[in-house]
Amino acid sequence: MLSLSSQFPILVAIAPLMTAPICALFRGKAAPWAITTIASAFAFYISLQLLLTVASSGPISYELGGWAPPWGIEYVVDLLSGFMLVLISGVSTGVLLFARESITKEVPTSQLGLFFAAYLLALTGMLGICITGDAFNVFVFLEIMSLSSYALIAMGERTDRRALTAAFQYLIIGTVGATFYLIGVGLIYMMTGTLNIADIAARFPEIEGTRPILAAVGFIVIGLAIKLALFPFHVWLPNGYTYAPSIITAFFAGTATKVSVYLLIRYIFTVFGVDYSFEGLELTDILLPLAVLGFLSMSAVAIYQSNLKRLLAYSSVAQIGYIILGLALANETGLTASIVHIFNHAIVKTGLFLSVGCMFFVVGSTYLKDLEGIGRRMPITTFGFVLGGLGLIGVPLTPGFISKWYLVVAALEKGSVIGYGIVALLMISSLLAVIYIWRVVEVAYFREMPEGTVKEEAPISLLVPTWLFILGSFYFGIETSFNVGIAKAAAAFLMGGA
Amino acid sequence: MLLLIAGTMSVLFVRNLFVATMLLGIVSFTMALIFISLDAVDVAFTEAAVGAGISTVLYIGTLALVGSQEKDQLKFAPGPMVICLAVGAVLYYATYEMPRFGEANNPVHTHVAPRYINDSPTEIGVPNMVTSVLASYRGYDTFGETTVIFAAGIGVLLILRQRRRRKNEDDETDVPLDKGKTGQSGSLSGLGSQHDLIPHVIAKLLIPFIFVFALYVQFHGDYGPGGGFQAGVIFAAGIILYALVFSLDYARSVVSEKAILFLISAGVLLYGGVGVVSMMLGGNFLDYNVLASDPVAGQHLGILLVELGVGITVTAAMLAIFYAFVGRADLIAAKAEQEEN
Repeated sequence: MLSLSSQFPILVAIAPLMTAPICALFRGKAAPWAITTIASAFAFYISLQLLLTVASSGPISYELGGWAPPWGIEYVVDLLSGFMLVLISGVSTGVLLFARESITKEVPTSQLGLFFAAYLLALTGMLGICITGDAFNVFVFLEIMSLSSYALIAMGERTDRRALTAAFQYLIIGTVGATFYLIGVGLIYMMTGTLNIADIAARFPEIEGTRPILAAVGFIVIGLAIKLALFPFHVWLPNGYTYAPSIITAFFAGTATKVSVYLLIRYIFTVFGVDYSFEGLELTDILLPLAVLGFLSMSAVAIYQSNLKRLLAYSSVAQIGYIILGLALANETGLTASIVHIFNHAIVKTGLFLSVGCMFFVVGSTYLKDLEGIGRRMPITTFGFVLGGLGLIGVPLTPGFISKWYLVVAALEKGSVIGYGIVALLMISSLLAVIYIWRVVEVAYFREMPEGTVKEEAPISLLVPTWLFILGSFYFGIETSFNVGIAKAAAAFLMGGA
Repeated sequence: MLLLIAGTMSVLFVRNLFVATMLLGIVSFTMALIFISLDAVDVAFTEAAVGAGISTVLYIGTLALVGSQEKDQLKFAPGPMVICLAVGAVLYYATYEMPRFGEANNPVHTHVAPRYINDSPTEIGVPNMVTSVLASYRGYDTFGETTVIFAAGIGVLLILRQRRRRKNEDDETDVPLDKGKTGQSGSLSGLGSQHDLIPHVIAKLLIPFIFVFALYVQFHGDYGPGGGFQAGVIFAAGIILYALVFSLDYARSVVSEKAILFLISAGVLLYGGVGVVSMMLGGNFLDYNVLASDPVAGQHLGILLVELGVGITVTAAMLAIFYAFVGRADLIAAKAEQEEN
């Protein structure tokens, strides 16, 4: 009666969504986790199928409620959104494999049902944002993602009560960001009379340059910049990442900010159009300095952190700087670099946060002073961390190298003094990354273990997912046809299709 | 409009949070009046029920926990001030080239909306156009909003419940609020004092009407203004009134916390379930046409069911938040007693 594959676009979003209320009703240790993992893996499988379909036969559109857009809401899968879906559901599934044992140390068993329900909602929100073709629907799913992530971050409070303040701070700032986005969408609706993204894009040239649209662009760009933690709107991120439970940090570091980056790319390239964004508005002049300042200052700040999670969080803000830099360069190579780096950074950072999660599982702290001699105490975990760190620095054969390579090429394409200056600054920032990773290595290998500690590794169920991400990052650093191939095609599509 | 400005300004300057809450309630009602004069009856209804009704109750619940006097002196914070002024300036700047208000050939009126106005009676057959847009054309958004409510409920349960359990585990470590401020609150479960005859009688008289009205709003949403969101809030308000006047324990015996969790989930499942069923029947997700042999009847059935789902989730989520707050107040009161002994 119905072909299941034609329903795939909606299944991606509603599989985790419908599982969430069911999951909330379950008690105990294993059941909520198992349900969540199955739902996430199912979403991953569908995402892969969708990406394959899109790659071979072009974008898919799905009409919700059977109403044709722009009257109804439309789901659109193209290369970029398919790519994001695979990334998000993949990272989520990997992290969930890690979660089974690690989360029991951080969240009381009686709360696990609700906890995983919130996790599923966050996943739903991210997937929904990436797949939808409707500007207001984006806001709805942004809210689902945000509300559940506030709650998830607050769940770190059993380990450190500062998680509550962190979550509250994120709530206030995140709400401001979401409201800005909503104001922007409202203004656009007023000028175009439609909420469908493709429809807005089609009607956009008529009205570009009018004042309400100018204001709308401003609100949307700033709102998203807050959500994606672009320097200087990043203040909520280090706290949130530091105090959230390990798996939540790993999950969000890989995906949450990336979703907003995706939205920004969508708006700048698809809705506003390349010409208007970069020639009419000269967004480069705004985004480029912020991006450069972001990765320089945040890499420097990361050096001085005493908490490993916070160190990585600042490094995340710096990496966002790289992604925005590629986008702001406004050429195809730059956009490719952005999209590749979204993917590469997600894998590397998730791997790193998971290995920190292993350390936390055994040591019970992520402060560098408590991790002295960890290289001898937990050799497998620490080795994984170091390999991940190399990826962050951008050593050849790691994915970080690929992204930076494309960034450098894009900057050189840009030419002039600015281009060369950017290349130099990129090198400096990479050196800063060497320093902060080396600080960890120094603590891990060249300090004595505290008295009375013995060699003990994290359980195998934690090590396997961690190494999956670490090895995966090397795989995508060497065999780049998947990530770079799709990023290139998506970038060409965005630059040309706009 | 003037009332609105006066209201918001005084909220900013009033020092007593209880007064501020009441003023906010007034502001909400004024907003509702403005919405009515703009012919947006459904929005006005929501604003009155949510803004003036339930959020005032929740604010008061919070105030019972933290006390009603501001602690810090008013500080002048230039940073936020500048940002607010900048946002205001940008919005003002944008108004210059906005389409004239209420003009018939504005983009809003010429592009998507005509289809809703002209065709929804034949396609959906529901007199209230707002309902057909919300529940059918953009039904997926409403499903998303219901999920947002669900997420909020889950979040509150997660955070507040965990903290309660913690306190039972280790009693000594944290007393989150100093007693001086909470002393006035006392136990909210005991709030329904047994001796006040007048509130009892009036509440007894009112509550049945509130419930009937909620049901009317729920099921009459396709004809007049109203629908699941408003009905859910009104229904919850009825139960909260009961809890306030009689006692929380009685209310708990009517709707237990377990039942609430179940209901929050059930509402979302019902809404999503309608979507899944329509997929099974060969349509797209939330395509109500396939639910019955006649598309219009199918739309009708679909809207009725999803609105019911919304109503259930909203009611339960509001109650969950209320219970969680009040539960905290009890806990603090119990702790204060313990310390005195």
